[in-house]
Amino acid sequence: MSSQKYDVIIAGAGSVGTPTAYYLALAGLKVLVLDMLASNGQGSNKHAIGGLRATHSDPAKIRLCADSLEIVGKWQETHGDDLEWQENGYSFVAYDEDVEKTLKDLLTLQKSLGLNIDWHDADGIRALAPDINTDGLRGGTYSPQDGSASPLKTNFAFWKHAREHGAEFHFAERITELQVQGGRINGVKTDKASYSAPVLIDAAGSWSHELGSMLGLDLPVRPDAHEAGITEAVGRLVGPMIVDIRTRPGSSNFYFYQHGSGKIIFCVTPNPLIWGNLDLDTQSYLPHACRRLVEVLPRLANVRVRRTWRGTYPMTPDGSPILGPVEGLDGYLLATGMCGQGFMLGPGVGRLMSKLVTGSLNAADQEILQALKLNRSFDSKEKLK
Amino acid sequence: MRRIQSHPIINDPRTASIPFTWLGETMFAKEGEMLSSALMANGVSIFGHHFKDESPQGIFCANGQCSQCMVVADGLPVKSCMTAVRADMQVLPMDGLPQLPPIAPGTQFETRETPRLDTEVLIIGAGPAGLSAAIELGSRGIQVLLIDDKDRLGGKLVLQTHRFFGSSDAVYAGTRGVDIAKKLEDQLAALPSVTVWTRSTALAIFEEKTVAVYREGETYTLVRPQVLLVAAGAREKNLAFPGNTLPGIYGAGAFQTLVNRDLVRPCENLFIVGGGNVGLIAGYHAIQAGIHVAGLVEAAQQCGGYKVHLDKLVRSGVPVYTRHTILKAEGDESLERIIVAQVDDRFRPIPGTEKVIPCDTVLIAVGLDPVNEFITKAQEVGMRVYSAGDAQEIAEASAAIFSGKIAGNEIAQELGRLSEPIPQEWVAFEEVLKSKPGKQRSGELPTQFQGVYPVMHCNQEIPCDPCSTVCPKNLIYIDPKDIRNMPEFVPGDKASCIACARCVAVCPGLAISLVDLRKNNEFAIVSLPYEQDAQHLALGQLIAVTDIDGNALADLPIQAIKKLPAYRGTTIVSVEAPREMAVQVAGFRIIENLSLEAFEGTEDQPENLDDEAYICRCERVKAKDIKALIRLGVRDINQIKAETKLSMGACGGKTCLAMIRRVFAAEGVPFSEVTETRVRPVFIEMPVAALANIDEESKGGAL
Repeated sequence: MSSQKYDVIIAGAGSVGTPTAYYLALAGLKVLVLDMLASNGQGSNKHAIGGLRATHSDPAKIRLCADSLEIVGKWQETHGDDLEWQENGYSFVAYDEDVEKTLKDLLTLQKSLGLNIDWHDADGIRALAPDINTDGLRGGTYSPQDGSASPLKTNFAFWKHAREHGAEFHFAERITELQVQGGRINGVKTDKASYSAPVLIDAAGSWSHELGSMLGLDLPVRPDAHEAGITEAVGRLVGPMIVDIRTRPGSSNFYFYQHGSGKIIFCVTPNPLIWGNLDLDTQSYLPHACRRLVEVLPRLANVRVRRTWRGTYPMTPDGSPILGPVEGLDGYLLATGMCGQGFMLGPGVGRLMSKLVTGSLNAADQEILQALKLNRSFDSKEKLK
Repeated sequence: MRRIQSHPIINDPRTASIPFTWLGETMFAKEGEMLSSALMANGVSIFGHHFKDESPQGIFCANGQCSQCMVVADGLPVKSCMTAVRADMQVLPMDGLPQLPPIAPGTQFETRETPRLDTEVLIIGAGPAGLSAAIELGSRGIQVLLIDDKDRLGGKLVLQTHRFFGSSDAVYAGTRGVDIAKKLEDQLAALPSVTVWTRSTALAIFEEKTVAVYREGETYTLVRPQVLLVAAGAREKNLAFPGNTLPGIYGAGAFQTLVNRDLVRPCENLFIVGGGNVGLIAGYHAIQAGIHVAGLVEAAQQCGGYKVHLDKLVRSGVPVYTRHTILKAEGDESLERIIVAQVDDRFRPIPGTEKVIPCDTVLIAVGLDPVNEFITKAQEVGMRVYSAGDAQEIAEASAAIFSGKIAGNEIAQELGRLSEPIPQEWVAFEEVLKSKPGKQRSGELPTQFQGVYPVMHCNQEIPCDPCSTVCPKNLIYIDPKDIRNMPEFVPGDKASCIACARCVAVCPGLAISLVDLRKNNEFAIVSLPYEQDAQHLALGQLIAVTDIDGNALADLPIQAIKKLPAYRGTTIVSVEAPREMAVQVAGFRIIENLSLEAFEGTEDQPENLDDEAYICRCERVKAKDIKALIRLGVRDINQIKAETKLSMGACGGKTCLAMIRRVFAAEGVPFSEVTETRVRPVFIEMPVAALANIDEESKGGAL
């Protein structure tokens, strides 16, 4: 049985794979996306809460997210779909000296990288979130050009447009074998069929390690589990995404924002992290997150929680993605290890991967790939991830 | 005031004395009354307007499930059907998004650790199944926590004013549902190992095999049972037609809650969609409440409910249109009229048969679905879980009582507290109770007769035996091997009928009359059961008697009106009828109604009518939005969710996820190709303050 031929096969129709498929199809390539789940965005994408910011500390991530912001921010204009984009900004708030110092140190670096972010005193923060708990509030950063959009609607839009440009998506189909010939990828086998292609992009996120191990690779990507929740919709209370990086028993930070529809979406980073591809809801999350919510914004005591969920972050040792080729394995390209930021990185990464495949990288793109390559030390840590 | 002042079955001594305001106007509620009922009793049926499209919102489930009845009470958004009125409560409509009440600057809440509770068995739902299971477990000393989100026990039994079918010995057949609830509750009260939490909602089931329970006004608690029993009952299915979310269109369960639990008369002119037992009984309950029933449509050729329920309705005068369906509902802010039409063999409306029927309320009674989210989730986390009653399989409440009994015994076995096996005949008997109504028979009425005897108008095999158990002379026989067999009057040599009329009074189907020729062999005294308010009946008054199918026989004068003290709510009405007619007399008309021909026709039937129907009422997603995605190739409901927000609204998909199946069917996509969504917490929206267990002390009046 001869297998169908493609220019590129993408493993994973998630936050990274779907935009990658779109940009490759747009460039005229014959693209197949394989996903073991029933449709696009059903792995980690739908668990993302929708924050989109360029205000990181790592220049490569800043570039990629700035691209994503530009793509998502203008999408309705350029493509017509409403992605629920709002330019509501991010605000990291400080209630103690240590946090204030950490944020201000980082601010110096971020400003030097040209990011639009500034320090606001307590009154300034209160102007952004009038009901914020001001007891002990020292101020915080505010980056007005960051924002939020719907991961679900964004992935749906990329899927729809990718298909319009000829990309094929095969769902509920699991890759069982990666085929290599002469040191080069030449296709995949799945539980349903075989496909050949000279390029395979690993956009499998939390499932990347499993995929790589089919070729004996030990990719430094491991999933850890996070929970999030959403409330009913209420009248406008808060502008930016509020990030509270104080450590509390059980969590290292807490963040929430108000969606354009009025719903509050909230998430904590567990401390210690909980490793594994886990997706069952835990008994500790809701009470803990609700306590952190009223600690920062007491007025939310009366908002009703609608739903919670659990998903995973494909983590790397240094908190930054892994992009680009694998030495000694031509055609195997990595676009994985987004560390919980696949949604905000995805559109930028997708466009970059398309340029990598079509050979149209510029100098700045090459710098990004150099910084995020697999063969790096992984010893620097992203600050305030 | 839209309160039912006198009802043949239910008596509520409370008066509306608690003042509250609606938009500043003072109104009065009964002590402990739910806000939705208090508002409807005061003539308010529009509770707010949707934030997305300003569509009017009114009562829909009256069961704490749907969130369509949200109002703002003392500054807080609440479900009016689950919030009891407090004195001087200030209530406003939920117009658009609610504004959370401000909190005093500097407020710091103290929160408490989430309490944990271990129990041998947790039962979700204190309806017929949950109560029966709790009794079985409690009688063996097994530790049980029984929770229910309502403020009284019995589940839907408390809404049932009619006498139950089934077996008298096993499941209290012949007793009214509301009275069965009391009997079960009394039995439970004597069992010390059973703890009951009312107004307590199961919110989630977690990885740690715990169930989150919020006890209203108390705490958010994590309960860890060794075994979970889900007896959470059913939820009503819904129908897709344009206008299907207008206030005034709601489930039969909501109607029964308003009328039979809260004695509120929510409407003047009612129409019913669906001829199963639920629709037929609701129609009968409406008549008991003095509400005019304009008619009932059933798409099938025959009503699916018990024939005796149908007969009760038809004899009362309600027109039943089989092979008809509702096409559309119209009205400005609430329902004003519906359009019905005849359907063909494939249930497609036949053009030219449309009729416009004015009505202010439509009950949707098109079947039930098990409440299954608890079971799904418990299985997902690997809990030991059982189900009983409608949560297991949709059937009559009598079957639910028995299935709860079996589940209770199975759990006792699992816990090692019962060694004997469950009798095989129990399982067989449960199947009998669950059985669908059998074929209809043309009732053979007696021809040779003299003296006095009961006439069985019963004409369908259904599981029912009360008549055979109440006869003091043991003259009524039902083959005990299968109580679906027809009853027979078997006068013996030694004993004869003494005209006690107990069989007349106890028959849940009102299908037994008593013919007495002892005084006059040409004119019989025919005694009939009557479950309406008898105050308006008078001796000598002419009533329009009918046969079992509702065909008019004659106008006859009332000869006697009497009550049997042991049969609360039932009156025995006697008329004098000519000998030949006497055996046919089965009831009499109560309401006057129009035939379908009397209504105006219309050709107002746009193409693809159902495209405009709302599938997701919370997020206002129409059938056409979903069809467009299906045509794009979408086969995963998660993807429909992602793009339209279907099922992500306030009710969490409780209505739309059942309805969406029909949209796929309409597009010719078998549901086996469709991927369903994952159940996630919380099952019911819950305030942050409750989930965080904010200490009352620290609230300082701020909440």
